[in-house]
Amino acid sequence: MSFLPLVLVLLAMCTFGYWYGSRRAMAQTDSSVRRVAVRPHQFGLYVAIWGLVPPVFLIVLWGLFQEFGSSLGPALFDQIRTIVFPVVTLLVAAGGLYVSIQKINPALKVRKTIETAVYGVLILASTLSVLTTVGIVFSLLFETIQFFDKVPLSEFFLGLEWSPQTALRADQVGSSGAFGAIPLFAGTMLITLIAMMVAVPLGLFSAVYMTEYATDRFRAIVKPILEILAGIPTVVYGFFAALTVGVFFRDVGSAIGLDVVSESALAAGVVMGMMIIPFISSLSDDIIMAVPQSLRDGSYGLGATRSETVMKVILPAALPGIVGAVLLAVSRAIGETMIVVMAAGFAANLTANPLEAVTTVTVQIVGLLVGDQEFDSAKTLAAFALALVLFVITLSLNVIALIVVRKYREKYD
Amino acid sequence: MTDTSTPGKKTDWASPQLLAKVAQRQRAEKRFRRLGLSAIVIALAMLATLLFSIAGKGYSAFYQTRLVMDVTFSEAVIDPKGTRNEDDLRAAGYGGIVRDTLRETFPDVKSRKDLRELFALVSKGAPMQLRDMVLDNPDLIGQTVPVDFIAGDDIDMFNKGFIPRDVPEGDRRVKDMEIAWFDQLDAVGAVKMVFNSTFFTSGDSREPELAGIWGAISGSFYTLIVTFLISFPIGVMSAIYLEEFAPQNKFTDLIEVNINNLAAVPSIVFGLLGLALFLNVAHLPRSAPLVGGLTLALMTLPTIIIASRAAIRAVPDSIREAALGLGASKQQTAFHHVLPLSMPGILTGTIIGLSQALGETAPLLMIGMVAFIVDIPGGFTDAATVLPVQIFLWADSPERAFVEKTSGAILVLLGFLIFMNALAVLLRKKFERRW
Repeated sequence: MSFLPLVLVLLAMCTFGYWYGSRRAMAQTDSSVRRVAVRPHQFGLYVAIWGLVPPVFLIVLWGLFQEFGSSLGPALFDQIRTIVFPVVTLLVAAGGLYVSIQKINPALKVRKTIETAVYGVLILASTLSVLTTVGIVFSLLFETIQFFDKVPLSEFFLGLEWSPQTALRADQVGSSGAFGAIPLFAGTMLITLIAMMVAVPLGLFSAVYMTEYATDRFRAIVKPILEILAGIPTVVYGFFAALTVGVFFRDVGSAIGLDVVSESALAAGVVMGMMIIPFISSLSDDIIMAVPQSLRDGSYGLGATRSETVMKVILPAALPGIVGAVLLAVSRAIGETMIVVMAAGFAANLTANPLEAVTTVTVQIVGLLVGDQEFDSAKTLAAFALALVLFVITLSLNVIALIVVRKYREKYD
Repeated sequence: MTDTSTPGKKTDWASPQLLAKVAQRQRAEKRFRRLGLSAIVIALAMLATLLFSIAGKGYSAFYQTRLVMDVTFSEAVIDPKGTRNEDDLRAAGYGGIVRDTLRETFPDVKSRKDLRELFALVSKGAPMQLRDMVLDNPDLIGQTVPVDFIAGDDIDMFNKGFIPRDVPEGDRRVKDMEIAWFDQLDAVGAVKMVFNSTFFTSGDSREPELAGIWGAISGSFYTLIVTFLISFPIGVMSAIYLEEFAPQNKFTDLIEVNINNLAAVPSIVFGLLGLALFLNVAHLPRSAPLVGGLTLALMTLPTIIIASRAAIRAVPDSIREAALGLGASKQQTAFHHVLPLSMPGILTGTIIGLSQALGETAPLLMIGMVAFIVDIPGGFTDAATVLPVQIFLWADSPERAFVEKTSGAILVLLGFLIFMNALAVLLRKKFERRW
């Protein structure tokens, strides 16, 4: 018996248990008794829980066992899998149902069992997010360790050359593969820097205008429109960057005598900045709003204009929060994938010139993993190493940003 | 200011220096204000440029050039045995009929090379088009009827004006000869523009004029169903646990910090997790909506948890106290009273989370949803692609006609996103309660 029918049979058994348990509880309740702490269907649920929990537990154990069970020999393992396991599971379920049905009587504290079971499910559900993190760390770490067996740490973090195409045949010329990730880090930083140069001034000034100058009506209309920028899928930005902005910069460049490639870091960076504007503006908006009114009133009382108040009082007071917001934005820019995959280059190029094509960490992860994969080649494993670096960097930026923002909030709470 | 306000000496506020200073400060104020406004205007202009450039490129994907020609459904070719057997009708040589039709319409074209160009006037899907017509209505056999052929992509682009006539022949994909044929058809009114139903009903294709987004939309649909089925219950249960039951301890702190950090993990990392966990360990099928949905569910979970927690927190304590006071258990309070009251907020957050998942591309590239898939997926384990990935694939294609298709697909995607977000806003407006 394979897995799906087994589950269906289990569910059918529990449904029957629910129905039978409810009926039996109903039959036992004296209809003249008005005070019933527990309703009949809760007895049904009680029975169903007894019928479901032990087999599910068994199935989980089986899942773990399967990983090394094949060492018993294929024939024996197959017999266990097709006959012993389903039979045992169904017997356990039937046993659970039988015992719980026997136990039914009006004095039984059914609600407690049910609530314990529900509580367990709730805890399991919230643990899933922790398990996700653990899963990310382990899946990345495992492959990364394998990668560093093949490529030394020093080459990866200090090497200046990146060409991950390893040889198909041992005697092939010029395809030994180089895994120096510095050009990728430099490219990522260049594009992030350009994005920040677009997003920070625009986002910050929008936030200042929205909080300090705009009328409520203006705010109510313009703020949601600005937020549209955050809702547009990144693949759309990528298309826009590659087809419109990249070409536009190239044409402008050739008109004024500059050599701009159409996959320039500038185009990708500007469009990425555009995407991040609402992120910075809404975060700074919250932070500027949180600056106590008394500070503003004090400043106005001394005769300062609004702009003087903003520049000399509000922004300095909000600075830690704004730094936190910018850090969050940087972490988002570093992890952004589609814009750079579509609008930046694939070839690693160590340059600080924004008019040339550079590549980023995320572009290389996509490039290495899309298409055919062999899971023992350094090429595929390199993607996991890059992803681990990406994960660690974005995580640290977030943690730092959250600490900064929290410190700032405490100051004014 | 400082030089005039020395102690003991009265400040002369009307002095020219001070007035000049005030005027200067007011100018600075105005400048600053304009700077703020222009930041907003620039941001809005960027948004407008983006939307207009895509709408401008994409609207033409919704209609299509058709060429009307009289087709003789010759019985000798289609059904020589005269049995009307469906398998025979299916296997007949419709390509020959298309070629004959073109040859009859343009009898002067003789050379092999010119003929090849001539046959490219109509889409490569023309034989299939005839086949479907015959299968639909076998009575057509033996008749001569006018048929709307889907034009080849170059002719379509030419008719829509994307390939101008006035550039030298060598620089354009449509040659003078083809233009002459096209004009000849146009002169007799045989060129039509119709609503492009192919775009909405077919799957991907190498031929731009036959490519459609229905396959991608179905893929997105199945993927989102999986995402919803996994992330909604688990997200709501975590939120209830954290808000209503969790004790104040290290483990709870760990979960909370962890959820906040997960929300900021780059989406591509989730793709690698999906690749390692669902494909390499669990051996689920590659390119399947099931795997895509699971991966996106893990990604959407933090969004849903955070939104649900906010909604649950907004329910006032008086509700809980009233329920507890009447003898409800903590769980009854949570599930019978708090949860229903916070449901509108939770649903709003879920819809926003799902709309993010709908627009997500990067993690799906990692789990192989980038394959070229012609068939419309019919289930959760069929190979499929999703709308954003389809956009990514088409954006990579060199043909001019795919630019139009890409932009058209983007318009459809944005349409879905606007719909979902409008739904969320509506939900919030209709059911939001302020206590």
